[in-house]
Amino acid sequence: MSVLLETQGLTKRFGGLTAVNGVSLTVKRGEVLGLLGPNGSGKTTLMNLISGALKSSEGALLIAGKDMTGAPPHRIAKSGVARTFQLVKILPSLTLEENVMVPAAFGPDRLWGRALKTQVAECLDMVGLHARAGQQASELTYIDQKRLELARALASAPKLLLLDEWLAGLNPTELHEGIRLIRELEQTGITIIMVEHIMDAVRALCPRCAVMNSGTLIADGATNEVLSDPHVVAAYLGEEDA
Amino acid sequence: MMYILSALGLAALAVLPMVFGDYGTGMLVGLAGYVTLATSWAMFSGPTRYISLATVAFFGVGAYTVAVLNEVLPYPLVLLAAAGIGATMALLVGLSTLRLAGIYFVIFTFGLAELVRQLITWFEVNVTGTLGRYIFLDLEAKHIYWQLLALGAATLALSAWIRRSRLGLALRVIGDDETVAAHSGINLARTKLVLFVASSTIITLVGAIQAPRWVYVEPSIVFNPTVSFLTVIMALLGGATRLWGPLCGAVPLFLLFEWLSARFPDHFSILLGLMFMAVVYALPDGVLAALERFRHRGKEGNGTSAPKPAKEANA
Repeated sequence: MSVLLETQGLTKRFGGLTAVNGVSLTVKRGEVLGLLGPNGSGKTTLMNLISGALKSSEGALLIAGKDMTGAPPHRIAKSGVARTFQLVKILPSLTLEENVMVPAAFGPDRLWGRALKTQVAECLDMVGLHARAGQQASELTYIDQKRLELARALASAPKLLLLDEWLAGLNPTELHEGIRLIRELEQTGITIIMVEHIMDAVRALCPRCAVMNSGTLIADGATNEVLSDPHVVAAYLGEEDA
Repeated sequence: MMYILSALGLAALAVLPMVFGDYGTGMLVGLAGYVTLATSWAMFSGPTRYISLATVAFFGVGAYTVAVLNEVLPYPLVLLAAAGIGATMALLVGLSTLRLAGIYFVIFTFGLAELVRQLITWFEVNVTGTLGRYIFLDLEAKHIYWQLLALGAATLALSAWIRRSRLGLALRVIGDDETVAAHSGINLARTKLVLFVASSTIITLVGAIQAPRWVYVEPSIVFNPTVSFLTVIMALLGGATRLWGPLCGAVPLFLLFEWLSARFPDHFSILLGLMFMAVVYALPDGVLAALERFRHRGKEGNGTSAPKPAKEANA
């Protein structure tokens, strides 16, 4: 399998605080990687560095072999990276259809006209919102907003999908549904990096996990091994209990 | 059908000067000017929600270009020069300010009008030695009205086209959430810049076309900040995110202001301020949106969705 994403010593400092410290990570095409770590360990910052929301202070970012270090988010989006946000971001004044249309129209394929309509319908269908395509996005419930956000991320037919706690805040039934949705996605061969706190979901969805603590990568490997790694247990529970 | 109706409507508007006489035609010039100003202002500021108070900076530059060049170049070239100067200025201003957010952009654009006015005054006093200039062009009020009418129609057509294009979608996304826009592949800076330049160029042309009405021009006349405020309040009253919104706000307000400035010349600014507050507090999305909500409420329960904005405005 070829390498899709490579970070080389990626570092982000906010003033005196180093949120991400020299993270080197390689993700192959078709892999589903769980990104774990306690609160404030730098997971979302790393996601922001990969999606271009933040510029790294040091290190390099390569997407599909191309150097994307310091590239603005719209260029990274055009290279085939899509994301959801930790705090759901929908476009409230647009309809569901228009929401999903956006990355398809401006992403790598720049669809328009009939091809755009088909793509939007497919993505809405996938998350079960097709019947409500004409509705205003502001009228949606929380879970439906999350669904819409996923449909929108998929609309650009991304090579790499970044899910930032997409499953957080769902009730057990919704969570079950959410896991099923992501598993369906995995079948399509898409590459996913997901920040997630729900261990059941991580075990169910991610064959591989990377764990961060205080900005550094402390483990990276098969999920079962990583989760029983003493360093990882220590990071979550503290040394004494390890 | 749409095109035939538009053509008929435009033809009807074009013969109005024959009906109204000189005073009426003067009013028509002002009316067509403000409709065009408000529509082109809303082209950029409506969807992006960047409130620009730079209208008079471009308007004044247009007028001044005509004042400086009217004896040197043939009239069509003067207009072309004005458009070029307006576009260049918008490009420079856009490149340096469109990264500013919200209130900072408002303040900068307000300052810009004053800056341009002071620069021109300084230049005229210290370099050319003449503060006032005369415009002698063989143009009657009706000729000016026809030009403004054509420019206004072109502006509406351009706005309508943008709304249906990729660019229009990009603008609406930017208005809702810039982060999502950028992560969807939209080049924020370029999109805003294109629209700002288009809108400012039209505003510059309005100033250039209207300039011969003054005959005598000096900075304090053509850089009157009231023009900026009137444009904003007109567009907001009608609804800056709608195609026909600015027009629906500009027509009644222009007539009202004409009447007010004749009746209460001393209290005009106070009345303008009060109107401004009333519009912003009572009708934040404009009258068209309010009407739509009102009608929607009447129909609530039968599950009909709101009619499209453009249709609404035609009704």
